[in-house]
Amino acid sequence: MNPSVAITEAPGLFTADGLTGLIFLIMMAVTLIGGIISCCAERLVRAVAGLIVCFIGVAALYYFLNSPFIAMMQMLIYVGAVCITIAFAIMLAAPEESKKNGPDGPLSGPLGFITAGLVTIGLIVMAMRAKFTSLPKVSDGTIKEMGIQLLTSYSMVFELISIVLLIAIIGALVLARAGRSK
Amino acid sequence: MSLTLLNVIVAVVIAIAFAAANAAYLVWAERRGAARIQRRPGPNINGPFGLLQPPLDGIKLMTKQLMIPGGADKILFMVAPVLAMAPAIMSFVTIPFSEGIAAHNMEIGVLMIFAFASMGAMAILFAGWGSRNKYSVMASVRAVSQNVSYEIPMLITAITVVMVNGSMDLKAISTAQAGGFWHWNIFPSLQSPLMPISFIIFFICSLAETNRAPFDLGEAESELVAGFHTEYGSMGFGLFFMGEYANIVIGASLTTILFLGGWDCPFGMFPGVWWFLLKIYILIATFIWIRWTFPRTTIYGLLNLSWKILIPISLFNLLLTAGLLKVF
Repeated sequence: MNPSVAITEAPGLFTADGLTGLIFLIMMAVTLIGGIISCCAERLVRAVAGLIVCFIGVAALYYFLNSPFIAMMQMLIYVGAVCITIAFAIMLAAPEESKKNGPDGPLSGPLGFITAGLVTIGLIVMAMRAKFTSLPKVSDGTIKEMGIQLLTSYSMVFELISIVLLIAIIGALVLARAGRSK
Repeated sequence: MSLTLLNVIVAVVIAIAFAAANAAYLVWAERRGAARIQRRPGPNINGPFGLLQPPLDGIKLMTKQLMIPGGADKILFMVAPVLAMAPAIMSFVTIPFSEGIAAHNMEIGVLMIFAFASMGAMAILFAGWGSRNKYSVMASVRAVSQNVSYEIPMLITAITVVMVNGSMDLKAISTAQAGGFWHWNIFPSLQSPLMPISFIIFFICSLAETNRAPFDLGEAESELVAGFHTEYGSMGFGLFFMGEYANIVIGASLTTILFLGGWDCPFGMFPGVWWFLLKIYILIATFIWIRWTFPRTTIYGLLNLSWKILIPISLFNLLLTAGLLKVF
């Protein structure tokens, strides 16, 4: 698809473009609803459930953008590992009725709404003014190509992420050790 | 375009039907198998050999009222059984049953099955937490720690197989093993001498991942009433049950494809879907046999087995295979 061509009129619902748009809107809705649930939930477990819905929406968007590998990694890592770990922490730490507590922050109430509104307007203005240019395609999206790219052109990023994970593991071990000696 | 859509819809309907039929009749097989091992008749009244038992059970479950306990978290309580069944059906979409029978063969089939299998733990977690029952919460903590710790050796052994075959495509992995049983991945080759051990690790992990005895700590009825589904009656319970058996079928199919040559015939004759089905049902029969033969382990024994034995062995195997693949 050529990105420089602006869509002048909305396509009909039952054309290929229209259905694609509908599917895209559904995915956006799922992602947003998940995010809203996870922010507004009173119980922490429901917040995790909202987070899962949100991650599934994002995974669907990746799939929609023709990169199934990243979509599946999103499911495997974020839904299957991160959310489970968060839920696990909640179950082990929080008592049965864990409601919100603690004083409200400085941005609660009307000030929060104003801030959120300003940020939204700012983002919309930025998105409207920005000129979207398409980047050259790095690979054809197969795993083999992706692996080659990751270990050649993008090996720096790959190694940096590994170091971040290594530090996280060492940190977790240090924390666990400190807890055990007590 | 419309034909592709039709294909997908038909494939999904077939996947659901296959999962449901298997779930129903595996319950029957399980009960008959258990009865045989324990020297009693088992369900044999309704229909020949008791074959009408599953549909009658289904009708009974569906006509029962779905009770939601007073203090429960209603939404999570209702969502959990659906979450137990839906990912299992999604995984069926990518499993190739033979050369031509696959709903949607993906290049990353192995990854897709693991991605959806990892969601199963979420269902157990929500069920336990949503019930607000001490036993259920205990059970879901156990089940989730078990699922998380057994996912690691399972993924590592799967990566070993993927490395040897050079593909994540389930169909490609299957076809690479064609031509008699000595080509199957389970047999040691120069590049992967520890393959039989990988197979055993993978099999143990798939037992643990599907919460089957001797690893059914999530529903240890002698300690935790019925574990995470204590509060569920009616079809809510039925969905958990069906989800469990659907997961067993997926585990057996994945084991068959990764290690036992998929639809390949051991003697190189008539490859086809029948060999695939034969292999998965032999594996499922082994699952049932193990369940009624071995006593339940303890939670510590279970976690130690994974972290202290299976993970080191599978990591060593991974490194060895990587090295040998480089050399040969």
